[in-house]
Amino acid sequence: MDAFKNWVARSGMGSILILALLIMVVFPLTMDIFRLNLVGKYLTYAFVAVGLVMLWGYGGILSLGQGVFFGLGGYMMAMFLKLEASDPEATKIQSTPGIPDFMDWNQLTELPIWWQPFHSFSFTVLAVVAVPMILAFIVSFAMFKRRVGGVYFAIITQAVALILTVLIIGQQGYTGGVNGITDLKTLMGWDIRDDSSKYVLYFVNAGLLIGVILLCRWIQMSKLGTLLLAMRDKEDRVRFSGYDVSMFKVFAFVLAAGISAIGGAMFTLQVGFMSPSFVGIVPSIEMVIFAAVGGRMSLVGAVYGALLVNFGKTYFSESAPDLWLFLMAALFIGVVLAFPNGLAGLYESHVKPWLSRRKSSPPAPSMEAPASSAHTPKTAPESSLPKGVQGQSA
Amino acid sequence: MSFDEIYNIALMQGFAGLSLFSVLLLMGLGLAIIFGQMGVINMAHGEFMTIGAYTIFLFSSLTETYAPGLMQAYFPVAIVFAFLIAFGFGWLTEWALIRHLYKRPLDTLLATWGLSLGMQQVFRSTFGPKEVSPTLPDWLMGSWAPSEGLDIPINGLFVLALTALVTGGVLLALYKSRWGLRVRATVANRPMANATGINTKRTDRLTFAIGCGIAGVAGAAFTTIGSTGPTSGSLYIVDAFLVVTFGGAASLLGTVASAFGIAQTQSISEFFLTGSMAKVLTLLLIVTILMIRPQGLFASKIRR
Repeated sequence: MDAFKNWVARSGMGSILILALLIMVVFPLTMDIFRLNLVGKYLTYAFVAVGLVMLWGYGGILSLGQGVFFGLGGYMMAMFLKLEASDPEATKIQSTPGIPDFMDWNQLTELPIWWQPFHSFSFTVLAVVAVPMILAFIVSFAMFKRRVGGVYFAIITQAVALILTVLIIGQQGYTGGVNGITDLKTLMGWDIRDDSSKYVLYFVNAGLLIGVILLCRWIQMSKLGTLLLAMRDKEDRVRFSGYDVSMFKVFAFVLAAGISAIGGAMFTLQVGFMSPSFVGIVPSIEMVIFAAVGGRMSLVGAVYGALLVNFGKTYFSESAPDLWLFLMAALFIGVVLAFPNGLAGLYESHVKPWLSRRKSSPPAPSMEAPASSAHTPKTAPESSLPKGVQGQSA
Repeated sequence: MSFDEIYNIALMQGFAGLSLFSVLLLMGLGLAIIFGQMGVINMAHGEFMTIGAYTIFLFSSLTETYAPGLMQAYFPVAIVFAFLIAFGFGWLTEWALIRHLYKRPLDTLLATWGLSLGMQQVFRSTFGPKEVSPTLPDWLMGSWAPSEGLDIPINGLFVLALTALVTGGVLLALYKSRWGLRVRATVANRPMANATGINTKRTDRLTFAIGCGIAGVAGAAFTTIGSTGPTSGSLYIVDAFLVVTFGGAASLLGTVASAFGIAQTQSISEFFLTGSMAKVLTLLLIVTILMIRPQGLFASKIRR
């Protein structure tokens, strides 16, 4: 029994369970479907934030192009849904029936070759995860093998985000341009727009998110997680110990890309469209702030960060749009200057000591020892945190 | 089409490339100092350009209302003020924000991004969400036609001249002045610079402020080409960073060379492709070259 307790405390299973209860039980019971759908949308951003915790918090690599992978995943799902929505029957008023409407408006008379495979659902699901991962591999392999990291990597990822946005907007006939891919109706004949399917999609999304968090937690607890942390703090020592540092970094980046892409695909399914405004530089940096607010070291915190910032955004941009940007600015600066560990850091430094004081004052002091030592792998010491950036010493 | 016409088109196309070159170089210069020399990522750099642009707008509308007779002369004065105001804000920013974050470059990036969001909102509340453009003096309008069928816009020439002036000034200051010596010493080896009696903290602040001031001048120059809105600065920021990174971060000559290369690539490919595809092609080229040669065109020989 004690061993089990130890394991629960060390793995942070308790906080993951609480999160699972919150999004799988509490939210669906207390919210109507409109709000729940909104929460579902925020939770798709949480995928990106969780990926960033692995990449940035653990790996020490900051990417400003996560929107690229989110967008790729979303776009590929949207392409499949769009092809299904534009069968010859539904599009017979077009001059070329059977192709998506925006292609018809742009005088295309034939479906481009690279759209063809997206008729197949299994191909789409595979591509949603695989294509962003392959792109991430190409970008990061070239960079990390040459020991480029830190701010240079951030700038390059930003440039990639810019390229993809310009490309999507410029190639209107193939991608739907600024409007993106809209009017998505069914998934293999199943209407994704009515309320019951929105419930189903919400739960699929929440389940996937919890699954991803468990996977990441498992990686963090394995030797790989320890190595990532070690690399973040003293890259050269890990290299001198005989590890191929660059491949571990590539792994972290590819993992984060895959996770973001799942989020993007679920976004398209729940919201019903995809547009370049979720791909570019601004959304990519906003996604970083979700992870930063939640705490860059905490997987669960990233989800809360994504939820909180987005609730705030929705609330303030309705009631006081002028104030929102100032608030966002304060959030960026405050998180960096005052709370570099975000919400999770505040919890660790304030709530937890208070809880354990209350718990330990009457009987069981033996409880405390495993609980406090257990969290050492999770929270890096305060002083080592700013060092997430040693990468570009070469 | 006669040979003459082709020659003229080539000349004008070349000049369009030169114009873009001067724009890119002006954007990159301030960053080359802040990012290249100090290693600070200032995502609010574009907003410092916007400060300069709004300064020109403010001066032009003030002169128009209170001293219409001086309309021909306000522009140079306004440029000086654009520098000074951006310099002042840069000084403040370094004191309030940047100096706490020198050891955490990635966090600087986030904090300055936040700063840029805040500044954009300030611009929006002060000057309104619409784009504005100042009333330019007459001598900046029109075009210069040295021969039949050849039109060269004067504002382009003006920006080109200003760029040459600022670049020359920065090069001179960096390599011939005491300040430049201190900056280079601090970049090369901070503890040693400290030990020889250089106040590196003051040098940092001055350097950051000068970089911001140059951004202000760049913004001022852009008002002769296009209009200014609250978010215009953010359109330039990625390009500016790419110019500096591509050139080799610590090399000022590299910045000049990369701005030239990027501008010519873009304007030549614009002649054959659509604007957006030309941009994609240029960016792809830059990113690919940076992947193969991450240190940029001109790598510095400093051991880090």
